[in-house]
Amino acid sequence: MTIPSGRGPAAAYDGNLMAGPLSELFALDVTVAVVRCRGCGADAEVATLRVYGPDPGLVGRCPGCDDVLVRVVRTPDAVWLDLGGVTSLRVPAPAPAAAPAVNPPVVPPA
Amino acid sequence: MDFVTRGFQGRPRGRDDRLPPGQYLTGDFPVLSAGPTSNVDHDQWELWVATEDGTRHTWSWVELMALPAETVTVDIHCVTSWSKLDTEWRGVSLDTLLADVETAADFAMVHSYGGYTTNLPLEDLLDGQAWVAYGYEGDDLRPEHGGPARLLVPHLYFWKSAKWVRGIELMLEDSPGFWEQLGYHDYGDPWREQRYQGD
Repeated sequence: MTIPSGRGPAAAYDGNLMAGPLSELFALDVTVAVVRCRGCGADAEVATLRVYGPDPGLVGRCPGCDDVLVRVVRTPDAVWLDLGGVTSLRVPAPAPAAAPAVNPPVVPPA
Repeated sequence: MDFVTRGFQGRPRGRDDRLPPGQYLTGDFPVLSAGPTSNVDHDQWELWVATEDGTRHTWSWVELMALPAETVTVDIHCVTSWSKLDTEWRGVSLDTLLADVETAADFAMVHSYGGYTTNLPLEDLLDGQAWVAYGYEGDDLRPEHGGPARLLVPHLYFWKSAKWVRGIELMLEDSPGFWEQLGYHDYGDPWREQRYQGD
């Protein structure tokens, strides 16, 4: 596990700890997603966030400025997600499947 | 023949009676943090109380130390299910800090160095129920446990006892804090097992 370097003290975990609870929400692997910090504008892969927790919840902080970017709480009956600290979440995704061929319109005989 | 069992006689109040439902006893003092440990020097430290009309009261570290202090021995209960009995704290009662604060507020938002917040009813900070604690077991409160000073509200789950306390915002309406925004209970009574919203 890689602890990201930065100006703040080292967190106990990195963003890979968020893979489990986030996999309950997202179809794609969010640890490779790139979030943009609302505070300092830096981009960071979720896997490189400084993560505190796991209890009472996971808190993912910006490796650049330590602002809270992502919070995840797993209660007995729900997953709570806060992305308020990011301006965007960019998830690598495969190209969409080709659109199905459209049948030519049926032209009634003249 | 003895028809009276221990159960009918009742038992002296023991450790089990002091454990809220769903809790286990620990002799350790686990450290749970939502962020890096704050290190605030005494000469930079300040505590503020802000009322609903914007009036602000502040205390420097020296001023806090000059206030009457109390030593209290209390049980503490973390929402992650550990409880610790007979912990000894030293600090200033919120009754003392709020004695000259005029407010019509019913709620408080506690703010910490580092940005953490937690909300609770103002009445739960009064009447000998809450302290700004700076001593633990005869020593200065260590930074990882919230030093130089943390809130101590032992009758609620311990996430309400904000580490690195820096201010108390008095509010007319309730508003959720850091964990309360994300599924945790607004009040957090361990004896009613109010861990999550809806409990």
